[in-house]
Amino acid sequence: MTGYILKRLLSAIPVLIGITVIVFLIMALIPGDPATAILGSYATPENVARLNRDLGLDKPLPQQYLIWLGNMLQGDFGTSFALNRPVLDEVLDRFNATLVLAGSAFVLCAVFGIVAGVVSAANQYGPADKAITFAVLLGISVPSFFLGMMMILGFAVTLRWFPVSGMWPIYGERNLAVLLSHLAMPATALAVVATGVIARLSRSAMLEVLRQDFIRTARAKGVHERRVIWRHALRAAMVAILPVLGIQAGFVLSGAVYVEIVFQWPGVGRMLVDAILKRDLLLVQGGVVFVAGCYVLFNIAVDVAQSLLDPRIRT
Amino acid sequence: MSLFHVTRRGLIATGTALALTLAAPSGARAQTPPGVLIVGQIAEPKALDPAAVTAVNDFRILMNVYDGLVRYRDGTLEVEPALATGWEISADGTEYTFTLREGVKFHDGSDFDAEAVKFNFDRMLNEDHPYHDTGPFPLAFFFSAVESTEVIDDLTVKFTLNAPYAPFLSNLAYPTGLIVSPAAVAQHGPEFARNPSGTGAFSFAEWRSNEAVVIEANAAYWDGAPELDAVVFRPITDANTRTAEMLAGGIDLMVEVPPVALSEFRGAQYTVHEQAGPHVWFLILNAKEGPFADKRVRQAANYAVNKEALVNEVLEGTAEVAAGPTPPAFAWAHNPDLAPYPYDPDKARALIAEAGAEGAELTFFVTEGGSGMLDPVAMGTAIQADLEAVGLDVTIETYEWNTFLGEVNPGLEGKADMAEMAWMTNDPDTLPFLALRTAAWPDQGGFNSGYYSNPEVDALLEAARVSTDQDERARLYREMQVIVHEDAPWVFVANWKQNAVTSDRVGNFALQPSFFLLLDDVMKN
Repeated sequence: MTGYILKRLLSAIPVLIGITVIVFLIMALIPGDPATAILGSYATPENVARLNRDLGLDKPLPQQYLIWLGNMLQGDFGTSFALNRPVLDEVLDRFNATLVLAGSAFVLCAVFGIVAGVVSAANQYGPADKAITFAVLLGISVPSFFLGMMMILGFAVTLRWFPVSGMWPIYGERNLAVLLSHLAMPATALAVVATGVIARLSRSAMLEVLRQDFIRTARAKGVHERRVIWRHALRAAMVAILPVLGIQAGFVLSGAVYVEIVFQWPGVGRMLVDAILKRDLLLVQGGVVFVAGCYVLFNIAVDVAQSLLDPRIRT
Repeated sequence: MSLFHVTRRGLIATGTALALTLAAPSGARAQTPPGVLIVGQIAEPKALDPAAVTAVNDFRILMNVYDGLVRYRDGTLEVEPALATGWEISADGTEYTFTLREGVKFHDGSDFDAEAVKFNFDRMLNEDHPYHDTGPFPLAFFFSAVESTEVIDDLTVKFTLNAPYAPFLSNLAYPTGLIVSPAAVAQHGPEFARNPSGTGAFSFAEWRSNEAVVIEANAAYWDGAPELDAVVFRPITDANTRTAEMLAGGIDLMVEVPPVALSEFRGAQYTVHEQAGPHVWFLILNAKEGPFADKRVRQAANYAVNKEALVNEVLEGTAEVAAGPTPPAFAWAHNPDLAPYPYDPDKARALIAEAGAEGAELTFFVTEGGSGMLDPVAMGTAIQADLEAVGLDVTIETYEWNTFLGEVNPGLEGKADMAEMAWMTNDPDTLPFLALRTAAWPDQGGFNSGYYSNPEVDALLEAARVSTDQDERARLYREMQVIVHEDAPWVFVANWKQNAVTSDRVGNFALQPSFFLLLDDVMKN
């Protein structure tokens, strides 16, 4: 098992190096540079050249790349041009906020998705199945940013149950209840689509398992139906559901961008969008490398979890 | 049926969880406290070091924390004393001697004096200065005419310029000229940008990244302590979310209200503020090649575009029709006799026919967004329709803002016949000097991307820049505007009115033509 994990971790290294090359090249190749973005109307060639020199952007590209990579290997991601703050501080702050948001959304969609899928499958073609299928279709079809805006209008502006935006109140205590009140709408908006997808796939995974012989055996020997569904069948179906959860976790993390913008959540997705518009090279590069690294690790973790459930994969 | 039982139990559990989440925020909707003004900003500030920033968004905070030697008189773009009580200009316009206000202290307790002034300008302009590395200082070129800054005595400081430069005083009133505490720069070094100290009405209290910048009243302010206890600047980048926060009572003052959202604030509990500023939105026309090389076609474009419809329909009344290159906000330099080109498609068609440019194919650069560009895609589309109505064949090419600047600033030659552009400036000199002179063609480092050239205009602008007499400058600018209006190197479209909304708890607030946000007299209960 250790060998398997080690092998997977080693194979991640070329992936990460590839990511650094690609993100560096993309930022170098897109038109517009940080000096132009900073100077705006006053971006004369002379001013741009002077500012680029001050920012250290007048060196040849390969040299810039190697300096950046070398510094990063020593844990120095540089300083953001637009925020005047160490990239790593900003990314870690922002990533925390995204983890809170995406993590809660993920828990919501995993729990509700699997429960809905199991209930659907256990009542195939029954009223519960039809109701859930209808709700799921509706959920999959609504874009999260639109849902988010409608929720703000309904629950924050009209009913005033929740604050409109942000992660914390501007003044006053910071406790779990306050965080939950800020989290409720964005996490729900983010979870809805993934919940639908997980529910659909859990349903079909469960239906496949429920047709198998060991289920009939379990029923025949008189195991309680509740136990047959939630223990025997769900456990077997999890092998098929788990990779879907892995994919949806990635989806939730990337879908967080829209939700973060609508709810002014101080997360990493919104940070990257702002950074790209401002051509904040080091923040974009550092942020992408960090997030991509997390994706790679997360995928390895899913693979390992799957191999624990199904030893045949571990070869 | 046991399965249903489980589901029902699950439903109850779910319901309870939901109810708990719903119950939690009761109290989260508390009102904002009295005496503390919550301002909805459009972005996280970059830095609170006035020499290091370029964005209006950051200026809104800085103008309340720092003072300059001079400032704009309330409601105007005319310079009046601030940290300096007076000044003298030498006859040749190259020496400015300022008398400084006595007894002023920075928020960190150190004294404001001539040494502090010298420190500020040397830090920005002198590469050998020990604190030059607290930059970069992207707008330092505002003061590139300054050859030296000398301390005459504690309260007298003299600037020597390498040539007469009339905009010097109004550049000192611009945020780049705000005075920072040398002691605080020495103490914090590069971290000064997050630990600012000035002489302004409010002192810096706290910066929570991506959440808020908090400033507190400076009771010892030389111009009278502010009414508010504190101001909180919240970055809310999405305009719809900013509008929702204002409607839900999460902020007391909102800047840059999107035109479509203005109708939300018609109620008695809100006040909508509007103020025209030193902004011009125009189309650069390529006067070097193609149909716009002919003055008649350029004039035709000015007649063909329905500017009234643009400002009233597309911009929902958040701008006024522009008459020429100098916005009316520069009251002293603007030529009030200049009327906008009227909307007259027949005259446009006649001029085009006269020039033989019927059916000419035009490439039109449009941007997706950008500073001061208002609603560029919708405006570009409306302009395209107006020009096609008079028989021109217009093709739009749309670019993201930074890419757009990269295409337009080096000049339109070989690429396009026209391009959208907008400028906000602090002196009537800046825009025409950088974008209308022959010596400002892109290959010479200027912004004259349409290659307009008229020796008369060049001479007027050069003369206005070196004159130290404001009346004389005003006369020269007014004459320049008449010629430029007739030559029509641009289609003059709109002057933006900046807007803001305040709740009924906020009093004594007014927007400034400078577009700065000044809060020292604002009240809130």
